[in-house]
Amino acid sequence: MDLNIIWFILITVLFIGFFFLEGFDYGVGILLPFIGKEDRERRAIINSIGTFWDGNEVWMLTAGGAMFAAFPNWYATLFSGFYLALVVMLLALIARGVAFEYRSKKDDPVWRNRWDWVIFVGSFVPALLWGVAISNIIRGVPIDANMNYTGNFFTLLNPYSLVGGIASVLLFTLHGSIFLSLKLTDTLLDRARNVAGKLWLPATALLFVYVIFGYFDTDMFSKLGVNPGVIPILAGVAILSVGYLLKIKKEGWAFVMTGITIAFSTVTVFMGLFPRVMVSSTNNDFSLTIYNASSSPYTLQVMSIVALIFVPIVLAYQAWSYWIFRKRVSTKSKLEY
Amino acid sequence: MDVLTLSRLQFAVTTVYHFFFVPITLGLSIAVAIMQTAYYRTGNESYKKMTKFWGKLFLINFAIGVVTGIVQEFQFGMNWSQYSRFMGDIFGAPLAIEALLAFFMESTFLGIWIFGWDRISKKLHLTAIWLVAIGSNLSAIWILAANSFMQQPVGYAVRNGRAEMTDFFALITNGHLWVQFPHVFFGAVATAGFLILSISAYHLVKNEKHDVFKKSFKFGAAYALFGSLLVILVGHTQAQYMIKVQPMKMAAAEALWETENPAAMSLFTFGDEANRKDIFAIKFSGGLSFLAYNKFEGEVKGINQLQKETEEKFGPGDYVPPVAISYWTFRIMVGAGFLMLLIAALSLLKAYKQNYEFKPITYKIVFWSMLLPVIANSTGWLFTEIARQPWTVFGLFTTANSVSNTVSAGEVLFSLIAYTAIYAVLMVIMISLMKKFAVRSVNEIEIEDHEAVEDNILSKA
Ligand code: HDD
Ligand code: HEM
Ligand code: HEM
Repeated sequence: MDLNIIWFILITVLFIGFFFLEGFDYGVGILLPFIGKEDRERRAIINSIGTFWDGNEVWMLTAGGAMFAAFPNWYATLFSGFYLALVVMLLALIARGVAFEYRSKKDDPVWRNRWDWVIFVGSFVPALLWGVAISNIIRGVPIDANMNYTGNFFTLLNPYSLVGGIASVLLFTLHGSIFLSLKLTDTLLDRARNVAGKLWLPATALLFVYVIFGYFDTDMFSKLGVNPGVIPILAGVAILSVGYLLKIKKEGWAFVMTGITIAFSTVTVFMGLFPRVMVSSTNNDFSLTIYNASSSPYTLQVMSIVALIFVPIVLAYQAWSYWIFRKRVSTKSKLEY
Repeated sequence: MDVLTLSRLQFAVTTVYHFFFVPITLGLSIAVAIMQTAYYRTGNESYKKMTKFWGKLFLINFAIGVVTGIVQEFQFGMNWSQYSRFMGDIFGAPLAIEALLAFFMESTFLGIWIFGWDRISKKLHLTAIWLVAIGSNLSAIWILAANSFMQQPVGYAVRNGRAEMTDFFALITNGHLWVQFPHVFFGAVATAGFLILSISAYHLVKNEKHDVFKKSFKFGAAYALFGSLLVILVGHTQAQYMIKVQPMKMAAAEALWETENPAAMSLFTFGDEANRKDIFAIKFSGGLSFLAYNKFEGEVKGINQLQKETEEKFGPGDYVPPVAISYWTFRIMVGAGFLMLLIAALSLLKAYKQNYEFKPITYKIVFWSMLLPVIANSTGWLFTEIARQPWTVFGLFTTANSVSNTVSAGEVLFSLIAYTAIYAVLMVIMISLMKKFAVRSVNEIEIEDHEAVEDNILSKA
């Protein structure tokens, strides 16, 4: 296996980490105004992700940084091509990050209520746009022989990518509601469970619609075959099992299952892409691949050594931070945010 | 305006804005860690209150530092895609390492620190804030390694139509980095020092002569003095380095049109940039030679000669950066530096004499001095980046070639307006919050400290 393949895998891993972790905190942000009816409740909800959200966001930054380091042309084409969509996403992320920190720093109900909606929008928009972006990457966008994106903002809005966007919003929200069922107590817990139960069906249904759409809109099926292998099938089975697990109140397992769905769907998309990193709809020969988009072998070597040392360390201390803050949050807890 | 101009303007606006908050994070994280260490060692409640008080301001600042940083991370791909293609092989590495090594560390341990009060062991909690401080400053080293490459490219070869890395260690042992990082670091220490100093003075004047603010005032003064002194000393070294590596930058900083030996240092020049000559100038003869070589003679090359030499090397073109901006930003930074040194020294003297009474005018000066390092930081970067023009990577790749070729002027105009608007709103909100928490009395810190703790949200670790 050459280093280009290893880096493709590593970036897949970073995206899995990002979607799995930030997935639930986007979900929590989206649910905030609905599950939390009064101030203390909303604070408890925000505090349930208070310790983690920034660390989770760094998964996205690292994925971006790794794309830049390992596949600079991918980074350049994607980020300049999807310009306006990314501007909108950045605005959402700016507002969201500040909102967590600032919301409870004033006693004014109007102030707090406003920030709660900022958190909602700031979580909804990136959850949607990442779904749209990933769908477009695999569906293919117009890219010319010089790796330059030749479409515009509206090229990105097609039925497939929109379904992908909505599916990712629903999946993340479901994932978030299950996370909340593991982190909250009392009435809040009941509400979170209730929402999770209601979200499961639409999320699952849309995910399957998305897969069917994929049959027509992408070359994934012709690449992976009609029997696509265990990973996509497990992703499907996992999401199906969530409904049952929620019913018997096994939220821990349900969370594992939505996690598996997110992780394996991501793997499926990246398998469908491989060895390409961006599909050109203009001409398949213009697609960016892990070879024509990559850094030099030397840089990949250096980066491999760095990743080999530090990825495990990061995983260890992040896991540890989840462990020490594993207790449930109630409205009576000491709340920081 | 064209894409290039708009993109440059946007980069300048967003980066300078990011760097309002960065030095406070760098300097204040260490200050808070020191305070908490003092509390851990002595058990003195004043230190605990100091930690909480300054820690709150740190967090309000940190939040904006983080979100404005995200824009930076994406911006290279979005607005400078040609640059990213040409330079990605080298430039992407420090950015990715920064995220992996530093951002994970600072964000994870900051979460642990915020939520860890009274919930994890004191020792672990103290370790957390130190890891935040170390993480932040590590991030500075990596991003500055990237920036230093742009000032002085090392360890690369141009192959396959792009710059490729040939020596990673050259990148992190780049001489430019090791004058730039200390300068930025001590500048950050001074920035945090003045913030602490000025706000403490506010409390002392408002007759809250509490131990917490006396101690803070003294700490702030010492920290600010330490930072100011070293930023100036390092700045001097940096200027000497610059003459060797980017002579054009120094010539622009001094508005030195013709080569001179001994070279005079300009104290005040009002020049005619288009015709490259002085209209009115006060000069200190031999001064520039002294700055460059520590003696009053020695040749320093002027703009006209450097332009000629550069043309011989790279072909016809205009290689002169905007002289007036370079000249004045450099002077403002240096001027601010000396003022800071003076104010910090006098404040420390005051603190040693246990004199916490302020004349109205003294108070005004001490209070507003917190803006001096902010001004110096911004003008310092404006100078460093603008006087590098027309290059993004010095001698290797021009700014005009760097800009994204698929993004339209309209799109950049949209993003420029959007970022500027949201940044302006955030500035107002942030300052109002900073104010709210900066004027809190010691009593209020105590109240918050005893907020009902009915159960802990985590197990003891
Ligand atoms: C000398 C230091 C320095 C400089 C020149 C820059 N930054 Fe910065 N950055 C920091 C020092 C820093 C920091 C101290 O680590 C911050 C500031 C406040 C904070 O929260 O962390 C930060 C935050 C920060 C974040 C958010 C990290 C998180 O989520 O925790 C990103 C993505 C960037 N920066 C990226 C950049 C890029 C791409 C820059 C180049 C244009 C840049 N920064 C200039
Ligand atoms: C935080 C401190 C920084 C500030 C305040 C700053 C400021 C600026 C300014 C004002 C410009 C515009 C110059 C002009 O158009 O004339 C600029 C350009 C640029 N800077 Fe920096 N900069 C900083 C750090 C960095 C770092 C760390 C990097 C790289 C890692 C970087 C990379 C660039 C690039 C790519 C451009 C665009 C090309 C150009 O216009 O020169 N900057 N910066
Ligand atoms: C008074 C003496 C000072 C001198 C002689 C000095 C010198 C310099 C020089 C020569 C540069 C450009 C380096 C380059 O582009 O290669 C620079 C940049 C800079 N200065 Fe200063 N400086 C002084 C004071 C300060 C102060 C007080 C601050 C802030 C508190 C500051 C902050 C900066 C920053 C942020 C930069 C840009 C980053 C860099 O290139 O290092 N400087 N300074």
